[in-house]
Amino acid sequence: MDASTLLPNLFRSEYRNMVSVLSYSFGIKHVEIAEDIVSDTFLAATETWCVTGVPDNPRAWLYAVARNKIRNHLKRDALFEKSISKDIAHTTPSSEEFELDLSVKNIADSQLAMMFTICNPLNAAEAQIALALNLLCGFSIQEIADAFFTSKDVIYKRINRARERLKEENVPIRQPMSDEISVRLPNVLMTLYLLFSEGYYSLSQNTNLRRDFCDEAMRLNMLLIDHKLTDTPATKALYALMCFHASRFDSRQNEQGEPILYDDQDDSRWNQALITQGTYFLNFASVGEEVSRFHLEAGIAYWHTHKEDTTEKWSKILDLYNHLLVLEYSPVAALNRTFALSKIRGKARAIVEAEKLMLVDNPHYFTLLGHLYSGIDNKIARQHFKTALTMVTSPASRATIVRNMEKLYFDGSDSLS
Amino acid sequence: MNEYLLIIHRDLISKDAAPSPQQMQDVIKPFQEWLGGIAAQNKLAAPPKRLDTSGRVVKQNLVTDGPYAEVKESVGGLIVIRAKDYDEATEIAQACPILNWGASIEVRMTVPNPNQ
Repeated sequence: MDASTLLPNLFRSEYRNMVSVLSYSFGIKHVEIAEDIVSDTFLAATETWCVTGVPDNPRAWLYAVARNKIRNHLKRDALFEKSISKDIAHTTPSSEEFELDLSVKNIADSQLAMMFTICNPLNAAEAQIALALNLLCGFSIQEIADAFFTSKDVIYKRINRARERLKEENVPIRQPMSDEISVRLPNVLMTLYLLFSEGYYSLSQNTNLRRDFCDEAMRLNMLLIDHKLTDTPATKALYALMCFHASRFDSRQNEQGEPILYDDQDDSRWNQALITQGTYFLNFASVGEEVSRFHLEAGIAYWHTHKEDTTEKWSKILDLYNHLLVLEYSPVAALNRTFALSKIRGKARAIVEAEKLMLVDNPHYFTLLGHLYSGIDNKIARQHFKTALTMVTSPASRATIVRNMEKLYFDGSDSLS
Repeated sequence: MNEYLLIIHRDLISKDAAPSPQQMQDVIKPFQEWLGGIAAQNKLAAPPKRLDTSGRVVKQNLVTDGPYAEVKESVGGLIVIRAKDYDEATEIAQACPILNWGASIEVRMTVPNPNQ
């Protein structure tokens, strides 16, 4: 493999590993120094490997160069030594003896510690996600901006502010303690959940990047499962949820990159290995008393891996949405619950409940009403679809609504209404 | 929007008051669907509390086993909802499936705190 194809992947994974390990040693105040050293290392690699070719063991090469750079840095920079040596938590504070521990275990420990530092409610959720993508997952500012559909500048500022906030409060980078798990873990899980959703639902056309976001969320979630203290039923439930969603990743788009809706998907393209894995983790998550929103959402996602429309499927989904809403209201859950209700109690009954939701700022509210009225009163259905059309901008969403309206004409029941 | 307390009263002390397991099964789904419907409108103001069916009754010099022994209709559950007026709160309560099993629901508006 030549340098140009090897480097991006290697850089991303080794960037995050080295930055985490160095930050874990240096503390949050010196994250920039960690980043500079790692960036310098990659610059050296790019320059050298273009001339000499990629070494046999590129990872070992990177680690050796990074080690040297740190030693030099520590020797050269008296100020650095003075300010950092007292912050170095895990090593002898002498430049000669500083050892960069890039063992698999220390990388995992460092990433876990960093996860708890970054997923800190001091920062808004979107800032936590951007920071996690950058520091924990090694995505560039440009890549994050692409996924969030915004400019590099916005993301750069967002990440910097978030970082400053953590420094101001001097948030430690350390292994989570058992007594803080119950308080801190829910926020960490929520950030991973949002990170996954960012990849799964992003409007970005860059499918590879979106998939990488999902993979990273799953990798970090697995780190939590592998650690005794953070391996809770909710942690496993979240992982199961991600597996079920990820199983449909490939079947959600046609070759032109247009979305394929659930009903139109070819279920033979759903990834059975991921479904099996999700089922495994959901079973293990279902011990004890705790029923988190991830349990309920994983349950809903589980039933969606059964393509066939059965009463059992929709009755379970309705149950789970009822529970989820009592636990935590969200407009999406309210709309989906009403859809599930229509499958069990019929459209007429669902219309009564749908009209009470009054989510008049939400285009999905009108597509739901359009769907429920289809075949019952097509004139009203068309009106709702039209309202939805005025509220959405993305071509894919518009196309979906137009397709629904076209179906009304083919129905023939139009004249009856 | 004000908050309304829905107090579910049911007979806990008559001999045949306890529902059979089958009756419990029959009521639990419609009840959860009713709650889900309230929650879907974002009108559930607090997580519903299920109450133990025994309890204690405390008087000045006397503690007896509950539930409240002098009335047939003990408190079976408390639900706090948001509604714009008594009419809406009452309409929500009227859809509660437990009413079909002989329960009654007391609807009480919580008085808004004038200092807030």
